[in-house]
Amino acid sequence: MPAGQDGIGAASALEELRSRISTGNARPVLAEILAALATLLDTGQETVIDLGAFPFAPGDERLLDEVLGTGEVQATLDVLGKSHVQETGIPGIWRIDHFDQRGESLSRFVEITFIPEILKTQRADAEAGLARLTDRLAEFDGRAH
Amino acid sequence: MAQKPMLPELLKAHGVSRRGFLKYCASLTSLMALPPMLAPKVAHALENAPRPSVIWLSFQECTGCTEAITRSSAPTIEDLIFNAISLDYHHTLQAASGHAAEAAREAAMKDHWGEYLLIVDGSIPVDNPEYSCIAGISNLDMLKETAEGAAAIVAVGTCAAFGGIPHAFPNPTGAQAVGDIITDKPIINVPGCPPIPIVMTSVLAHFLTFGLPELDDLGRPKAFFGETIHDRCYRRPFYDKGLFAEAFDDEGAREGWCLYKLGCKGPTTRSVCATVKWNDGTSFPIQSGHPCLGCTEPDFWDNGGFYKPLSAPAGNYRQLGLAAAAGGVALGVAGGALSKATKSRAAKAHETVDAHDLEKKS
Amino acid sequence: MTNNQYFDLLMWARTTGFDIALTIMVGGILLRVIEIVVLGRKKDFAKAKGSPVTQGIKTIFSRSVPRKGTMKEAPVTYIGGYIFHIGFFVAFLFLGAHIALIKDLIGLSWPDFNKAVIETAVALAIVAAAALAYTRFTDPVRRRLTGWSDWFVLIVSVLPLITGYIAVNKVFGVDGTLWMAIHILSAELLMVSFPFTKLMHAVTFAMARYYNGSIQGRKGAES
Repeated sequence: MPAGQDGIGAASALEELRSRISTGNARPVLAEILAALATLLDTGQETVIDLGAFPFAPGDERLLDEVLGTGEVQATLDVLGKSHVQETGIPGIWRIDHFDQRGESLSRFVEITFIPEILKTQRADAEAGLARLTDRLAEFDGRAH
Repeated sequence: MAQKPMLPELLKAHGVSRRGFLKYCASLTSLMALPPMLAPKVAHALENAPRPSVIWLSFQECTGCTEAITRSSAPTIEDLIFNAISLDYHHTLQAASGHAAEAAREAAMKDHWGEYLLIVDGSIPVDNPEYSCIAGISNLDMLKETAEGAAAIVAVGTCAAFGGIPHAFPNPTGAQAVGDIITDKPIINVPGCPPIPIVMTSVLAHFLTFGLPELDDLGRPKAFFGETIHDRCYRRPFYDKGLFAEAFDDEGAREGWCLYKLGCKGPTTRSVCATVKWNDGTSFPIQSGHPCLGCTEPDFWDNGGFYKPLSAPAGNYRQLGLAAAAGGVALGVAGGALSKATKSRAAKAHETVDAHDLEKKS
Repeated sequence: MTNNQYFDLLMWARTTGFDIALTIMVGGILLRVIEIVVLGRKKDFAKAKGSPVTQGIKTIFSRSVPRKGTMKEAPVTYIGGYIFHIGFFVAFLFLGAHIALIKDLIGLSWPDFNKAVIETAVALAIVAAAALAYTRFTDPVRRRLTGWSDWFVLIVSVLPLITGYIAVNKVFGVDGTLWMAIHILSAELLMVSFPFTKLMHAVTFAMARYYNGSIQGRKGAES
């Protein structure tokens, strides 16, 4: 059997194939997002949708990105590997992608919220920060004298 | 009694921020197939779960499972989960040996009777218990004795879960799985040869936070053994296009085409290898060009050969086919001769034939 | 004993089941073909005019084209028949898993078709079979001519298509392993019934057509 008969290399052929795969799940997810945004405005109830919890192919992801677009906020967190947090073109809808230290995807979420929890400084971290700053100031003052 | 929670201190000691912990809990929740809104609960439970006493028994095994779980690259939080338990007995890892080691096991059993978690790797020789003993105690006796006071049992690896390689034909030791021997305790089977480390730690995390996970018919957590490798395989598009590697060194193999024809058991094997992958997400067998052996399924060693396609027959059809051909020819000649004789006899006797006779079945 | 019953069924289908089915099919076909051949024909002492052999061979192929008028009389039978046969053989001969099976059996292999092509062929073949069954049932003449073995053969030849489709696509969320086993078992049922039902036409059609053709190709009386 002749391989690569269409002249496309394996990697690009695979990419091409991948980007075309759709499960048809993007549309229902978008409907869920719409309802969740309405709920957020009505009651303040936040929603998290786990994109790893059901079949969601690159084609679906592309459709999701096309419809939601890119928004005003983009943040990269350096916490046990990278995490990308960005607001989509629809304010109140956020995409959160967690990666491990090797850059492999750990989990992907859509959060419908005014501010994703992970962006906020956590109380425990702030407490540790207070202690650290106190130490540093003490050290600084010690050196200054 | 169970000691106070260890995880927060451990996190602090490893320089992991609260934010990192939240990220880990979110990913863990996703991995455990729990609703994402439960992530804060997972975090809360992990922080407050008492540090459980764990007794790890190794029977007829190769230590691959222990290697896998202890070699997950530090300092990931999987590692921390593993550290969050109090491993009171593991004869490969502990410094003590001989009577001192057994004393540790007995002490842990006594102190945490009814509460400790029992992890088992390796199968148990039942027909010939003397084939595998620890400190003069047969595996069978040690399992029964230790299982009695356990809150639950995790059978780690295919040997403990299904008998594995020791159970393969002709099974000289009469090896059996934990679930074949212990029937009155909750048992979580985490098969694999070895299981994916993060699957082992996630099962532990689930047990610590929410108790027993949801299990399938074979006692495996559905979150990790719910889908086949084939369903989530990145080579699946090639299967659908009809592009297959026919040999390990042909062009198809180099182009990364589907390995079905080289005997891949992905379509019948349930595991998250294709998505979670191995060595911290580096690769998995199919990605490195080898068909799946089906190691998370019972009797994977005896299921018709690793390199035989799933659709190909695995029996003695060649000999039988030859016999059938010979038999068919012989019977055909005999039947034909018989009909011929009948015909010529009828012709000699000037028998008449009408349309109804022709319709008759002989 | 902890075991995956579905996989055990699949293994039975791939070992004992397949061995039995292949033995019966190969033995049965040979038995029936040889029985017919051994029966032979009386020696013909009159020199034939015309060309019975050429005509016989020609007829093997020419009978694949519908006779004039039948297209009008029984369009469903002809078109449906064609679609069913082509669909069945496209799926049987060009699905990767089947090619792997054939390669294991006789060592030959050829390129595979895209899954989309195969599934279209299967869907068309199933629809065609349904249409054929429908006309058989509604047409009073055909209904009278139809015996239980005809219904049996129709069902047995469509089952592998349906079970195969279900197994590959896991429709209704079925277990893939179980349905792969069911699919192989359904194909084995087809193999076992092959020599003893009119499915045998797949082999004997050539002999019968040759026989008819050679009679027609022959000019003059037979002694």
